[in-house]
Amino acid sequence: MHSTRLTRRNLLQNTRNIVAASALAPLLAGRAAAAVTPITVGFIYAATRQDYGWNQAHAVAARKIAQLEGVKLLEQEKVPETAEVEKVMESMINLDNCKVLFPTSFGFWPFIQKLAPKYPQVLFVHAGGLWKEGDAKNSIGYRGYMEEPHYLCGIAAGRMSKTGKLGFIGSKPLYFIFNNCNGFILGARSVRPDATCLVTITGDWDNPVKEAETVNSLVDQGVDVIVANVDSPKVAIETAERRGVYSCGYHTDLSALAPNGFLTGAEWNWAKGGDFVQAWQTGGAYPNLYRGGFKRDMVAISPFGEAVPEAARAEVAKVRQGFADNTFNLYKGPLKDNEGNMVLKEGEVIDNEDNAFKLKVKFLVEGAIGRTGLK
Amino acid sequence: MSESDLGWWGVLIAVMGGAIRISTPYLFVSLGETLTEKSGRVNLGLEGTLVMGAMSGFAVAYMTGSPWLGVLAAGLVGAALGLLHGAVCNLPRVNDIGVGIALFLFGAGLAMFLGKPFIQPRGPRLPSLDLGTWSAHPAVRAALEINALFLVGIVLAPVLYWGLRNTRWGLMLRTVGDSAEAAHALGYSIERVRTLATMAGGFLAGIGGSFLSLYYPGNWNEGLSSGQGLMAVALVIFARWNPLYCFWISLLFGGAAALGPALQSVGIAQGYYLFNAAPYILTLVILTWSSSTRHRFIGAPGELTISK
Amino acid sequence: MFGADAWRSVEAATLSGGAILVALLVYGIFIALNGIDPFAVYRVLFLGAFGTWFSLEATLTIAAPLMLTALCTAIPARAGLLVIGGEGALVWGGIAAVLVGMCAAQAAPAFGTIAVLAGGALAGGLWIGFAGALWLWRGVNETISTLLLNYIAIAILNHLISGPIRDFGETLKATSWSIPSPFRIGTLPHLNVHWGLAVGIAACLALWVLMRRTTFGFAVAVLGANIRAAQVAGLPTARLMMFSCLTGGAAAGLAGALEVAAVHGAASESLVVGFGYAGILVAFLARQNPAAIIPVAILVGGIAASGGLLQRRFDLPAAAAAVLQGCIFISVLASNTLYGRWRRRIA
Repeated sequence: MHSTRLTRRNLLQNTRNIVAASALAPLLAGRAAAAVTPITVGFIYAATRQDYGWNQAHAVAARKIAQLEGVKLLEQEKVPETAEVEKVMESMINLDNCKVLFPTSFGFWPFIQKLAPKYPQVLFVHAGGLWKEGDAKNSIGYRGYMEEPHYLCGIAAGRMSKTGKLGFIGSKPLYFIFNNCNGFILGARSVRPDATCLVTITGDWDNPVKEAETVNSLVDQGVDVIVANVDSPKVAIETAERRGVYSCGYHTDLSALAPNGFLTGAEWNWAKGGDFVQAWQTGGAYPNLYRGGFKRDMVAISPFGEAVPEAARAEVAKVRQGFADNTFNLYKGPLKDNEGNMVLKEGEVIDNEDNAFKLKVKFLVEGAIGRTGLK
Repeated sequence: MSESDLGWWGVLIAVMGGAIRISTPYLFVSLGETLTEKSGRVNLGLEGTLVMGAMSGFAVAYMTGSPWLGVLAAGLVGAALGLLHGAVCNLPRVNDIGVGIALFLFGAGLAMFLGKPFIQPRGPRLPSLDLGTWSAHPAVRAALEINALFLVGIVLAPVLYWGLRNTRWGLMLRTVGDSAEAAHALGYSIERVRTLATMAGGFLAGIGGSFLSLYYPGNWNEGLSSGQGLMAVALVIFARWNPLYCFWISLLFGGAAALGPALQSVGIAQGYYLFNAAPYILTLVILTWSSSTRHRFIGAPGELTISK
Repeated sequence: MFGADAWRSVEAATLSGGAILVALLVYGIFIALNGIDPFAVYRVLFLGAFGTWFSLEATLTIAAPLMLTALCTAIPARAGLLVIGGEGALVWGGIAAVLVGMCAAQAAPAFGTIAVLAGGALAGGLWIGFAGALWLWRGVNETISTLLLNYIAIAILNHLISGPIRDFGETLKATSWSIPSPFRIGTLPHLNVHWGLAVGIAACLALWVLMRRTTFGFAVAVLGANIRAAQVAGLPTARLMMFSCLTGGAAAGLAGALEVAAVHGAASESLVVGFGYAGILVAFLARQNPAAIIPVAILVGGIAASGGLLQRRFDLPAAAAAVLQGCIFISVLASNTLYGRWRRRIA
């Protein structure tokens, strides 16, 4: 673990080199195709971009986008969801000449809508998929169907669990979090019909002590697979590893954190944003709302951990293919919630693209222990 | 694996285990703040010290491979911040609470600044003592996995209690804290005693921070502290400046923090925000109940700004 | 009398300015140790804080809530109480603004806005007033009680917005109901900063007049200097203390209501971003003088605003701005010791 000695100076140097290289590469390539207009792209994060989580998932995408021809990347971290973000965006536009902005936190959306009409020369791309008719045309909402990779994680979890008890740790009581949770449970119960899942909410996006404590409590209750939908699932995965139970990742590739217990993880593929940058650069067409799962390559799963046997991997791959060619549906009847109410009757199927249904998931499926408290 | 079905016993075990796991930073920070306050100063900047200790402890442990060197480094960095607080507050007409809040911001800012390269790597961990090997049950074994710093804290609390009462140093500290005039008459250097007491407090708070990055939850990240350092000041008043009470009240705070997650893991999914606020409400109620307008808090150092 | 006051202002400006220069020097050395040209950093700091119109607007936007939360510490401090509960009072201001906005939904827009702001101020005032009452009634230390009340207020906010007053139409964020849109207030004329700035400046100036130019303010100052003397002089000490707590809390509550009315339209976790804690330091830097809060808040806002540019231009961590703020705070607080040193010689 200590093979590379790290100092602040050489790390900064390395980062600078990477940034310099990525800024240089397009310039060199630019000679061949001089037609590409140089463009500055700004990423705005609510927390640090090395968080092994939500922000890192975006930072990974930012680095891929920086590889595109003529793209220069600028980043700013720790911007709060207040009027300050509006000023940060204006500063990036006016002082640094940013032409495409990626404000990556949910709460930035209202400020984007306020600013976008004032700066028609700038494209605002937001990771929330909230765009609706009447919103600014130079803004985009995009987002992956995270319940799909969670379903796949659930399959792996169901196959690997010995106790049949799974644990889900959510940050905030939000629809999409419970939607992910349902995906996870449905996946597990598709291969292990008696599996149950304890559903907990920490109440904070980021609270390492509480997350670690929740993992401990869950494991004490016999849970042996953990998945954490918090900003940075690092602590939860490390704690699970220490307790000798399995874990699944979220946001970005976390397989390195738990060499023994990591199964697989649900990942975003925000690099899709590169298409919007290129469209803006060339004056091409772009969608205002872009949602999708495996079919549109908006989500991914992490590399399998060593613990997962070949048979389970194949099972996961098969369903993944089903999502990709739209032959497999996640929500289908007969489906009961965990209070015994019938949600979908025999034969009823929710289309994978049915956002109206998925964005308002207020129930937990059968097998979940917990409540959403949503209306 | 049917034995793993613990239900409410699981809650109890989780709360007890959690109390031990979570209380350690509270314990060190409150013991440190007790020393500082006994000298008549308040250091509200221990939150910054704690975060700085967490970062520097991790950085040193990661670079040297030795977690104990990390603990030492965290303590020394904490003592340095304590020295800064003590030296600035020695100047006449400088408010110790104001300087404390400034150090809170400064320490946290510095930790984030210098700690940026250490967010990603993962470092060594402090050892623990497995007292639960007799039990076949993994939950009991996990709860009784007692970390080394907690054991240090168990020893430290009575030692400080005894030292404050029975040693010359303890007497000097208490005299300076209770009456500057009396201390002056006895020929003690008030400034020096207070500075040293603040440094000692910082040293312990730094170690408390290193627990977060070197044991539980482990590794450096920017959201590691959830206000343990800020709460220490309230905790010390709660404990009436008594190191032994600091120990019990830290355990209580740790247990209270573990209660929310433990209840959720048996399916109680309502009101978690209010559960999480329980320690603060409890502290306020007890403070209100045990305070009085007529006399000063029992055990309160007379020179302390916040007890006058 | 005027001469002494003018001298005090000159002294404060000189000492604070000197302390800031010392802090900038120390920070420059720190930056140089990280291998970056400090003068380039100073230039960018200025550019990001005051160098362009956009920078200035950003600075003022961040400064606006700090002025009001600073009053939450500064006003009780004049009566001898050390309140650090701005964060909690601000949160209650936000909650109350939403509740009042919902109840008064049928009211005329102007009346509705005033009711929303007044409701926020009232709630914040009562929250800090509660701490004041605990002190008067039971002798509970106000610093500790307001610290605890911060955590309690935040927990109550989170509880309310995840259920009881939640807008379930907001899918990605736990947010309260929104106040009716006619009640919302926009930006100032000719300046792209919300109305909170004007309210903050007006509040600071009004309270400066009250505290420095009225008998009432004088009575509070006597109480703050020496409670025994105030009691001997027959001042209504309990009432003065309660008034100062209510006023300070009301200012922070107003900040919360303005965040709702001028920025978010609803209460959410975005209220809990540290305005309250930053306000404490602003108050200390302004030496609890309401008028001095205005420039200090602008300075603090400027550093925060330029922090982003430091990240983008030098690849410095976001905390670079916090480190500078910390240096300045410590240096200015330490400079307090120099006050009065030259007064006697000149006078």
